[in-house]
Order: sequence, then structure tokens, then C-alpha cells
Amino acid sequence: MRLVSVFFSAVLFAVGLGISGMTQPTKIIGFLDIFGAWDPSLAFVMAGAVGVNVILYRLSIKRLRPLFASAFAVPPRNTVNLSLVTGAALFGVGWGLSGYCPGPALVSSVTGWGSVLAFVGAMLAGMYLYQRLHPRSAGVRHERYAVSD
Amino acid sequence: MTDFTPMLSTLGGVMIGLAVAGLYFFNGKFLGVSGIMAAVLGTDHAGRRWRLTFIAGLLAGGALLLAFHPAALSTPSPYSIPVLVVAGLLVGYGSSMGKGCTSGHGICGLSRFSARSLVATGVFMAAGFATVYVTRHLLSGVLS
Repeated sequence: MRLVSVFFSAVLFAVGLGISGMTQPTKIIGFLDIFGAWDPSLAFVMAGAVGVNVILYRLSIKRLRPLFASAFAVPPRNTVNLSLVTGAALFGVGWGLSGYCPGPALVSSVTGWGSVLAFVGAMLAGMYLYQRLHPRSAGVRHERYAVSD
Repeated sequence: MTDFTPMLSTLGGVMIGLAVAGLYFFNGKFLGVSGIMAAVLGTDHAGRRWRLTFIAGLLAGGALLLAFHPAALSTPSPYSIPVLVVAGLLVGYGSSMGKGCTSGHGICGLSRFSARSLVATGVFMAAGFATVYVTRHLLSGVLS
């Protein structure tokens, strides 16, 4: 059941990305083009997703544990540091330069297009490079207390 | 440019929100796509099974879109492959360094009212706005 529910969350996430317009790079670029023909659709995606989650996250943490696991992941310590800001800035430049963020790019890779596969390959290489350069900080996130898998 | 789609975008957003909430409610995991992908690349084998299952689910969802809503996957990025490779490196390296992307910071983090996710989301949005301003207005047509 545990892996089945993970699978269905991912399917729902991917279909939601597709329906919302997130898998169309031109639409992402249209959202980011606030000085041009701005398409505000992505703000509605964020509002829908965050709106639902603000409520459901609050309800979830009232429980002692998740339905199919022994513990909830613990949010990371709330520190704003230089690597958070620098990393987010680099990410934002790449996002604007392509119209892809990681989820939509991976979902779009089923098209088999060379352009998406090149992006996904480079993204994986970028993640791998960071891990090689920062072996201690790049480890598994949020999961120090969730040892259920 | 592209059509404004408030209804479909809100509907898709709600589905995304339900998926994020479901993964937390059932499995206790934060749905951060960059973190899930990066952890699979790492040497730590703990939690590899659920992450690979999640990635398989994303691809299955992509296959469903191709079959039933192909318009979602009909527009490639307007940029050339060399530009996309640079962009991919920045997205991969930056999301690892900043510990999250649009899903982890933008949805999970903001829903928890996390200050660091609010900062990260503000920074990557601003960087995205600035990048598109440069590529579409200052260097119009140079990159595509």
C-alpha cells in the first residue's frame, strides 16, 4: 500500500502539472514575462496548490503518524543562508532560460523530444555535480527522523 | 503569447495540492521533485524504493497526458539545445544548492509558512522574471 499510494500521488501530481499548463514551457515563460505579454495563469496554479495544502497539511500534522509510514518528515531548520539564496537564484535563471522546472521536465520526457531529454540529462548532471562538490550537505533531506523505509 | 487559463490552472493546481497533501498524509514525505531526483543519484540507498516509485508515477502520469490530454505536451521549449543544457545544469545545481525547487519550496514550504521557502520562492521567481526580461526584451531572438 505504501508504494501504491506513492505511485498514485505521483500520477496525480503529473496530471495536475499537465492540466494546469506547467508542462508547456512557453506558458511558464509567458508567466515570467511580466514586462511583456504576461500570462498570469501560473499564479492560479500556485494559489490552487498552496490553498489546498495549507488546509490539508494542518489536518495531517494533527495525526500522530502518516497512514502508511511510521513518522512524518520533519521540516528542515528554518535558516536562510547564502547557499539557499544563491541556489534559488541559479535555479530561477535556469527556469527562465528554459521554461522547465524539475517536475514538468521529467513528466515531459515521455515525449522523447531531444530538447527535453537534453534538459533532463543536464539537470541530473547538475545535481550530481553539486553532490560531488558538496558531499556532506547534499545528502538526503528532511529525513533524519523518518527511518521507516 | 499564451492564453490565460485561470480555470484549468486552478483545477490543475488543486490536483497538484492534493498530490502533495496525499504524499504527506499517507507516507509522511514532502513532495519536492528536485530532492527526490537528487537523492536517487546519491550514494545513500535508504528510501530509494519510494523515490524510484515516485519517478515511475511521474512518467506514468506523463503517458496518461500523452494519451488523454496531448495539448499539455505539445509545445517544446522555444530555446535551442545548447541553451537548454545550460538551463538544465543551472536548474539541477541550483535546486540542489538551494535545497528545493518549485514544488518543495513553492508548494510544500509555502503551505507550511516556512520563512526559508518564502525567501527561496521569492528569489527564484525574481531570477526568473529577470532572466526572461533579458532573453525576451534585451536579447530578443538571440537565444532561440
